[in-house]
Amino acid sequence: MAIRRKLIAGIASSLSIMLSGAVQAVAEMNMRPGVTETSIEAYELHMLVVWVMVAISFVVFGAMFYSFIFHRKSKHPTPATFSHSTKMEIIWTTIPVLILIYLTIPAVSLLIKMEDASDPEMSIQITGSQWKWHYKYMDQDIEFFSNLATPREQFEDFNADGQTKGENYLLEVDNEMVIPINTKVRFLVTAEDVIHSWWVPEIAVKKDAIPGFINETWTNIPTPGTYRGQCTELCGKDHGFMPIVVKAVSKENFAKWVASKDAERLAAEEAAAVAVAASWDLDKLMALGKTAYDAKCAMCHQVDGSGVAGAFPALKGSVIATGPVAAHMTMVVDGSTGGMQAFGKQLSDAELAAVITYERNAWGNNTGDTVTPADIQAFKAGN
Amino acid sequence: MSDHHPTGITRWLYTTNHKDIGSMYLWFSFIMFLIGGAMAMVIRAELYQPGLQFVQPEFFNQMTTMHGLIMVFGAVMPSMVGLANWLIPMMIGAPDMALPRMNNWSFWILPFAFTLLLSSFLMEGGAPNFGWTFYAPLSTTYGPPSTDFFILGVHMMGISSIMGAINVIVTVFNMRAPGMTLMKMPLFVWTWLITAFLLIMVMPVLAGTVTMMLTDRHFGTSFFDAAGGGDPVMFQHIFWFFGHPEVYIMILPAFGVVSEIIPAFSRKKLFGYSSMVYATASIALLSFIVWAHHMFAVGMPVAGELFFMIATMLIAVPTGVKVFNWVATMWQGSLTFETPMLFSIAFVILFTIGGFSGVMLAMAPVDFQYHDTYFVVAHFHYVLFPGAIFGTTAAVYYWLPKWTGKMYNETSGKIHFWLSMIFVNLTFFPMHFSGLAGMPRRIPDYNMMFADFNMWASIGAFGLGLTQVYFLVTIIMAIRGGKKADEKQWDGATGLEWDALPSPAPYHTFSTPPKVD
Ligand code: HEC
Ligand code: HEM
Ligand SMILES: [Cu+2]
Ligand SMILES: [Cu+2]
Repeated sequence: MAIRRKLIAGIASSLSIMLSGAVQAVAEMNMRPGVTETSIEAYELHMLVVWVMVAISFVVFGAMFYSFIFHRKSKHPTPATFSHSTKMEIIWTTIPVLILIYLTIPAVSLLIKMEDASDPEMSIQITGSQWKWHYKYMDQDIEFFSNLATPREQFEDFNADGQTKGENYLLEVDNEMVIPINTKVRFLVTAEDVIHSWWVPEIAVKKDAIPGFINETWTNIPTPGTYRGQCTELCGKDHGFMPIVVKAVSKENFAKWVASKDAERLAAEEAAAVAVAASWDLDKLMALGKTAYDAKCAMCHQVDGSGVAGAFPALKGSVIATGPVAAHMTMVVDGSTGGMQAFGKQLSDAELAAVITYERNAWGNNTGDTVTPADIQAFKAGN
Repeated sequence: MSDHHPTGITRWLYTTNHKDIGSMYLWFSFIMFLIGGAMAMVIRAELYQPGLQFVQPEFFNQMTTMHGLIMVFGAVMPSMVGLANWLIPMMIGAPDMALPRMNNWSFWILPFAFTLLLSSFLMEGGAPNFGWTFYAPLSTTYGPPSTDFFILGVHMMGISSIMGAINVIVTVFNMRAPGMTLMKMPLFVWTWLITAFLLIMVMPVLAGTVTMMLTDRHFGTSFFDAAGGGDPVMFQHIFWFFGHPEVYIMILPAFGVVSEIIPAFSRKKLFGYSSMVYATASIALLSFIVWAHHMFAVGMPVAGELFFMIATMLIAVPTGVKVFNWVATMWQGSLTFETPMLFSIAFVILFTIGGFSGVMLAMAPVDFQYHDTYFVVAHFHYVLFPGAIFGTTAAVYYWLPKWTGKMYNETSGKIHFWLSMIFVNLTFFPMHFSGLAGMPRRIPDYNMMFADFNMWASIGAFGLGLTQVYFLVTIIMAIRGGKKADEKQWDGATGLEWDALPSPAPYHTFSTPPKVD
């Protein structure tokens, strides 16, 4: 039944995509020139190689098809007997060498330019982790996580009940990286857990994010706009779901954005202080905890706490989630070498308290324990 | 009598006969091809349109990983060893392979290795899910429990390949009939000899890689873990030191196959025999110094990137020489287009297209835009499917009359060819476009802007999958009830197997060596 519905829905949507696609397709079948000097040069080099290859194929395939037509047995019953020609062999070794040299020269100069990250005007540290990006502005007091913003309901289509997909489906995030135009921005790329790769096609920047190492790359965007990309190194289950959005804005707007981020941070600090002082009961913690859990933990431990066998442990009835509170706090705040991330800085103290409380009481874990933001603060102070 | 052979299951279990072992390799690789192909169908069904319709992302990753592993190690490599077993002794006038017991063992390891690998689907955490390149730390710290079975499986396949390679080298050096000098050997034997050296050089490196993974996972070492002073990038260097020669291991024997078939149907000697041998050898040598072209994005020093870019582009020169020689062989020949010839011609054209995209990928500054996108998937399928697979297919059609004494139905063969040709391009050509437009590889879902080409690719893939079943039927019909084949089925064919042996080739051949002049 479900399969049939899927098929019908599939065919219907296929038809509509094919029709609408015919118009768009032309634009989406080649590399985009992009907006930076290097991306445009990369595009031009790409087009140059494409045309060189097309030209070579005309010659080679042309000769082949000539043979197919004029040297077929019916037309050419007695084969020639030559099987060697030093002259030809020298020619067809030399010509490719010359063509390759012709292609290498612009490639070398572009490569050297792309790898020259010296004299930046500002730096951003990019950290990949399963399955989100973290941006830390080294010259401003700004850092934040950037998560996929497309709701799960849009991509989960197992019963042909997926919601309509937005234009930037899977290419939209909650917090974009904002950078000023006409500024040489250096990216310091690294990772927390496995290797990821940070790629934004329109600025021709692709750099692997490798745990324990920091890679350097840069861009300088001349035109304001929103540029979208994706992680390009297989990094586990949700590799396809960690997009990148870079928003280039004028220098004035960038200054305004920095100011708004500063204000946001102050507000968050205040809210944290209020949260510690506030009184928290189980219900309130459970409500906030469920929200935080579904947003940050369910992708691995599943909404019902059942985990994924062999990869992410179940929290329902788990030793840590039903055992001593301190071990539970350590696991969530500091993470583990076995693959659990440190959430100490990703969530506010109130959220940490709530999510731990939630795990200790949801799905029949019923320990009755409550952990308050003040407990978290004390725990962090004790670290 | 020379054609006496044992019967029953023990014939196959205990056999040391190169023909039996060759057949077992070929059937095994075809089964693996169907299994790996079924996984490709799952991948393409999920990618038919945006959204997750059939499988969860974690299972999708297991599908891509196992598809890649099975196709590379289970389908392509054993098929080449199968051809080597059948053909090398007949081509050089030897009674059998030099080390027949080892030959038996190197085949019989494989079913166990792949049962082990496939059984990981039933384990907690599922099958390996880190891509066929199994980059650390995704495969070490973060690998599922079945990773250890994967490691053992890879070790077993490696042992099998190394034994197969030793066997080829010893056979070629010691068992040639009198007068069969090295420079008289058919090109297929040459390409396999060079492949065997590549195998012996790099399979131990692969074994070392998986062993380091094992100790990182269980014995407290940190070869690939930065937290313990190791380096995940070192993993990639070691892996690709194996991996790049590996791609030539998969393609060189196919070069040999078409170098036999094109002259036969052009009724003209292979053009530039010795330059073919030298080109093959230089490709093999160069393949050891280009590995990091798979790693332009890991943050190598510019000097390193320049070196690997230029070395890689150099490989285009000997590869070009081969293509030009094939074209020159056909030039002014007297061509006919039977099924093996059709597959060989398609090989030359489509492999060349894969070579073009290879040169594009070698250009480091543009590779940043291609790397790890569907453009790469298109590239390597153009060299693997119309390359390695069409090469083997051509070989099967060409030598089937010699092996079985039966002819396939030419019309069926041609239908198989045209369906393969249409669908292989429908499947893989659009992947160039989706890659250029920005679609990363190894993702289960994508934005609508990639939808059109993914749909075409999926439709092509389903067609291509069915076409392979048609191939199976064609071959079985030929074996069961094909017309009787002539001793020299192809009038342009040359070589000992056609000139000195009846069809089917008897169970034991060349007990006394033929005279080669
Ligand atoms: C990227 C996947 C991932 C995410 C997201 C994640 N975890 Fe984990 N978690 C793990 C893994 C892997 C382990 C096992 C760690 C180990 O055994 O060292 C784990 C272990 C745990 C444990 C210990 C379970 C036990 O009994 O061993 C707790 C508690 C936990 N996580 C809580 C959370 C909370 C709370 C969140 C959200 C704020 C969260 N996790 C988000 C992967 C994840
Ligand atoms: C019907 C035929 C085939 C189809 C439709 C097909 C399809 C695909 C697709 C779509 C992928 C990309 C998966 C992803 O990145 O998400 C893939 C990967 C791959 N394929 Fe195929 N394929 C076919 C045949 C082959 C053959 C014959 C070989 C080898 C000889 C092969 C080797 C590989 C390898 C090595 C990968 C990379 C796996 C990885 O990413 O780790 N495929 N295939
Ligand atoms: Cu990723
Ligand atoms: Cu390579």
